[in-house]
Amino acid sequence: MAETTAKTAATTRESASRTAEKSRTSWITTQLENERVLGYVLLTPAFLLIIVFIAYPFALGTWMALTDKVVGQPGNFIGLANFAKLLDSDIFRTAAWNTVFFTVVATAIKAALGMWLAVLLNRKFSLSRVTRAAVLLPFIVPTVLSTLVWLWMLDGTFSVFNWILRWLWDMEISVFGLVIKEDFGYIRGPNWLGEPSWAMGSIIMANVWRGLPFFAISFLAALQTVPSELYDAADIDGASGWRKFWHVTLPMIKPVAIVVVVFSFVVTFADFQLVYVLTRGGPHNSTHLLATLAYQLSMHAGNLGEGAAAALFMVPLLFVVIVLQLTYLRRIGVD
Amino acid sequence: MAKSPVDKASGKKGLTRREFTKSSAAVAAGTGLGLFGGVAPAFAQQREVHHLAWNNFIPPADELTLEFAATFEKEAGIKIRFETIGQNDIQARAAAAIEGGAGPDIIQLFWNHAHLYAGGLADHSAIYEMDGGDQIYPYLQEATTVDDVPRGIPYFGIGNLMAYRTDVYKDLGISIPDNWDEFLAAGTKCKAEGWPFGQTLGHTLGDAPNFTYSLMWSFGGSEVDESGQVAVNSEATRAAIDWMKEAWEAAFEPGGLSWDDGSNNRAFLAEQICTTSNAASIYFVARQKEMNHVADNMGHYLYPQGPGGRFCVSVPQGFSIPKYSKNQEAAMEWIRFLLRPDNYERYISVQNCFALPRAPGLEGLPMWTADPAVSIFAEAGKYSRSYGWPGPFGRGAAEAQSKYIIVDMFARAVQGASAQEAAAWAEKELKNVYGT
Repeated sequence: MAETTAKTAATTRESASRTAEKSRTSWITTQLENERVLGYVLLTPAFLLIIVFIAYPFALGTWMALTDKVVGQPGNFIGLANFAKLLDSDIFRTAAWNTVFFTVVATAIKAALGMWLAVLLNRKFSLSRVTRAAVLLPFIVPTVLSTLVWLWMLDGTFSVFNWILRWLWDMEISVFGLVIKEDFGYIRGPNWLGEPSWAMGSIIMANVWRGLPFFAISFLAALQTVPSELYDAADIDGASGWRKFWHVTLPMIKPVAIVVVVFSFVVTFADFQLVYVLTRGGPHNSTHLLATLAYQLSMHAGNLGEGAAAALFMVPLLFVVIVLQLTYLRRIGVD
Repeated sequence: MAKSPVDKASGKKGLTRREFTKSSAAVAAGTGLGLFGGVAPAFAQQREVHHLAWNNFIPPADELTLEFAATFEKEAGIKIRFETIGQNDIQARAAAAIEGGAGPDIIQLFWNHAHLYAGGLADHSAIYEMDGGDQIYPYLQEATTVDDVPRGIPYFGIGNLMAYRTDVYKDLGISIPDNWDEFLAAGTKCKAEGWPFGQTLGHTLGDAPNFTYSLMWSFGGSEVDESGQVAVNSEATRAAIDWMKEAWEAAFEPGGLSWDDGSNNRAFLAEQICTTSNAASIYFVARQKEMNHVADNMGHYLYPQGPGGRFCVSVPQGFSIPKYSKNQEAAMEWIRFLLRPDNYERYISVQNCFALPRAPGLEGLPMWTADPAVSIFAEAGKYSRSYGWPGPFGRGAAEAQSKYIIVDMFARAVQGASAQEAAAWAEKELKNVYGT
């Protein structure tokens, strides 16, 4: 008898527990079926990541920029003194100008060459898939590694470019005794990383080499979404290749192109590795960018406050660029 | 499968394997967490000191430190975790550790980095006094002493002198230059024969500031005066700049404007240059790689002297224990072990003139006379000064160095700026740094 009662009680408890669990499950299911709730639930992880890895460091950096914080000591609030000190420094002004020049020129070249490359890759030719994959190689190789190769190629003494130039320069070319090119004697070749304008040109060249695949592949993807009927119609109207590009291709891929250009602009503006490996800002600050200056001030001089202020100078310009981009996209109806 | 035994008295089964595992885990957890509050018992703990250092250019020095660590572990029962990384990475690692409050128990700091991180470094007075701190060479003392408190223990310096090709000098009839005029004349002659002098004026931590500061001092110039007031725009500094402008054209390899600390080593070993300012490392690499035609024809000489005297920069190296370290006592014991006279003598000797002793007393070591190619390094300590000299070796000096202001002053001049323009530019930037 007692045994039966115990069994009944156990069964009842089990059943109650199952019912409670079911009711909990159904409550969660009901809540998640509400799109509003589900939306917040799905957004939460991303939101937390943004808070921890973007918002908090940004807020901390902003605070530091307003203090005299140095490594190992708490900072005191000093208002805008760090910004004033930076603005008074020729090194900072040079770095700020270099950053703008480097970004604008490198992005423009990448956009132009990227478009040209994308149009070429969009054509059908043998080994087109292999070629498209190969184009991505500079983008895949770790930046520091590829930049070290550039460093060797542009070395002040052992530059391979200069060796080739010298070889060509002092080579006499003659056909059937007729001299086509004379031996011009010795030429040293450009001081790639040692002369300010060559150094700036060199870091732009390395940046373009690395960033070009991103433009080319993004533009290629956009080109493949353009309906072929538009080109057929243009052909019937007798449009030339250039007019087809200008009046059909470009308007069709404009939204993608703008996003790609702005994204690249932001990344190029904050470039660090390339300059740090190639020139470390030399010669005499002619390739210093805001990112390398901020690192130098924070890590080498230990002035975290001043370094943060140098880094923060990038924000307003990037903010303007992003606002312009979003406004434009909204105006042309892309959400 | 074997059945578990049955306890006949109670009628219960004996322990199954699963029950045994569970019970063992519970006992272990109880012992560890309950009885000792989550910390292993003291008698079972081994103290460990994490020592972060650079990859020494002379690898046997690191091997010897590992040997010391093994001996120390036996003697003191303290394990040493000796980690080495690239020289240029130490500063970022130190800054991150001190700012984050966690990391190595000892960090090898260069130059005056102890001044930069003073707020996060322990007071080393006890060990400093115990080990005859007052005997240490001034340029090393200044590197670690901040507001009269030692924030580190000097270990050694690295001398920088002029490395040169003895055969080239001999062939061209050049004797070792004693002053900058003779140095320029020698360089002009060598460059004309396809053997230029090589010197970096790029943004690089070692060779560029070492050369330019020494040059400026020897002409009587300096970035600040003894009280720390900016004094760079002087007649003496401008004379040094003028000398550099002339010498760059006549004697130096122009590629040096973009060189880093390793470029001149490579150029020297590739026989592209015949003279360069460096530590003894080029010579050791030549020996190591059996480039005997280079090594057998190499020598070093002191920096030339100018109207202001003869100077050079020797890079101070020291140990610093961060405040956050929970093993400060053990770390200090380890440092004292390394500085024990017998160990220290071995450590200096194994580096064969690359490292300069931190205090007088080791002048009689056989290494100073064993190899004439490097024996001159014995004198480097006498002429060594620190960045910022004759002013304080503090935060301002470090910031000026990290911004390469003196290096860039010379670099601007060799690329066309006049001595007046270059010195005026440096003066403005230094005032921005020093706030004067």
